Amino acid sequence: MSALLALEAVEARYGPVQALRGVSLEVDEGSVVAVLGANGAGKTTTLRAVSGTVRRTGEITFAGKPLRGGPEAVARAGIAHVPEGRGTFTELTVVENLKLGAYTRRERSLKADIDRVAEWFPWIPARGGQPAGTLSGGEQQMLAVARALMARPRLLMLDEPSLGLAPMIVREIFRIVRELNEKEGLTVLVVEQDARIALRTASTAYVLEVGRVAVSGPSDELRENESVRRSYLGY
Amino acid sequence: MADFMQQVVAGLASGSIYASLALALVLIHRATGVINFAQGEMATFSTYIAWTLTTNHGWNYWPAFAATLVVSFVGGAAIHQGIIRPNEKGSVLRVVIVTIGLLLALNGLVTLIWSGEVRAVPSPFPTRTIEIAGVAISIQDIGTIGVVLATVVVLWLLFQYTRIGLAMRAAAVNPAEARLVGVRVAWMLSLGWGLAAVLGAISGMLAAPSLFLDPNLMAALLIYAFAAAVLGGIDSPLGAVVGGLTLGVGLNLIGTYVDFVGADLRLPVALLVILVVLLVKPSGIFGKTEVKRV
Repeated sequence: MSALLALEAVEARYGPVQALRGVSLEVDEGSVVAVLGANGAGKTTTLRAVSGTVRRTGEITFAGKPLRGGPEAVARAGIAHVPEGRGTFTELTVVENLKLGAYTRRERSLKADIDRVAEWFPWIPARGGQPAGTLSGGEQQMLAVARALMARPRLLMLDEPSLGLAPMIVREIFRIVRELNEKEGLTVLVVEQDARIALRTASTAYVLEVGRVAVSGPSDELRENESVRRSYLGY
Repeated sequence: MADFMQQVVAGLASGSIYASLALALVLIHRATGVINFAQGEMATFSTYIAWTLTTNHGWNYWPAFAATLVVSFVGGAAIHQGIIRPNEKGSVLRVVIVTIGLLLALNGLVTLIWSGEVRAVPSPFPTRTIEIAGVAISIQDIGTIGVVLATVVVLWLLFQYTRIGLAMRAAAVNPAEARLVGVRVAWMLSLGWGLAAVLGAISGMLAAPSLFLDPNLMAALLIYAFAAAVLGGIDSPLGAVVGGLTLGVGLNLIGTYVDFVGADLRLPVALLVILVVLLVKPSGIFGKTEVKRV
């Protein structure tokens, strides 16, 4: 299996603060990969480096080609980024949010696509005309995922989908991610603080510490890793 | 009563001219968070183009009208790309000051090209009146109201039902997010500036036949448009239209029936409206109160 996405010595900074100090990682086609780490370790910046929302150096390859340009170009290349804190347009309706998800696609069968996405999120059709801002936090996070699916991405990037949500909702979201991967072969790169649920979902994980990859490997091995367990799993 | 109704219709006609310019201000404020002080001068420039085409080149009115809209659209978008966009990375204040500079530059440019002479502009509508239910209404007023309402409907359809309209709204409400779904935000903002220039051009061309054309044609109209936009809610397109019509009718009635106001004190009344709305309900009739998360 060749890597769908590969980062090679990627560095990024916010003014004087260096957020990434040479991150290299690979995401294989059809896999779920988790990026773990404490606050400020560079998890979010890693995704932002991929989607072009932060200036970076180093090589990023996607589907065999170097990835260049801002987020508009990255979205067109087939990467859907669900940012931290529920990336929805709160003033627009649920359906308008979904339509925007399909914005980059040439062939457009909006109705069929919304139906397809609604299979994963059955509550969506009934709430289609409602402004996204009136949804609950969990629903907004799901809508953000649904909107990303509308783009039919080759790679879905999720940034802290668990942030501020009840454990039950978090489990539900990760269940859907797992099933999307198993049934539709969707490749997922997920950044998560909740290491426990992330390791259960992902096949491979990378642990970041102050902008570097500290540990990486198959999720099963990381779960057994003494320092990972103590620092991130808490037992 | 008939006299009262006549004043109302005349008020709606001038109100729709305010509404059109107010809508231009609202479009740009929603998209970029700034008040475009040059909106009026851009409209004056457009009106001069229409005047040149009809008076100097013998064009018929409506082809000249359409050509002016096209030129205005391109000009508005170009102003955004060339002048506003390079300054957007700075503070809001910086962009506002750039628009004030643009106001002065365009005003000078208009005087340079067309001189300060006052020009008569033909109206596309006859000035005679028709009688509807005992009320004599000028066809020019009806035409003015009709053109603006048609414009508003077309804009609404554009924003509500087209892919590009949705992308423009997304770019306005949440630019960072819009870029992530692949919307080219900078171009959407340029489109917004283009549309605003079109709205301004419409208000200028509709106002010129009765106000006469000179380089300061839109100076007072811009104040009325500010008042209309503030009254309706600076971020509400519907508010701009309702605010414009309300202001037009209100000023006309006050000017007619309140002796000491007359025709001369309408501008101060508009300023008073701005002041009172900002004091009592800063978000206007249709605006949402902005809640900033700390």
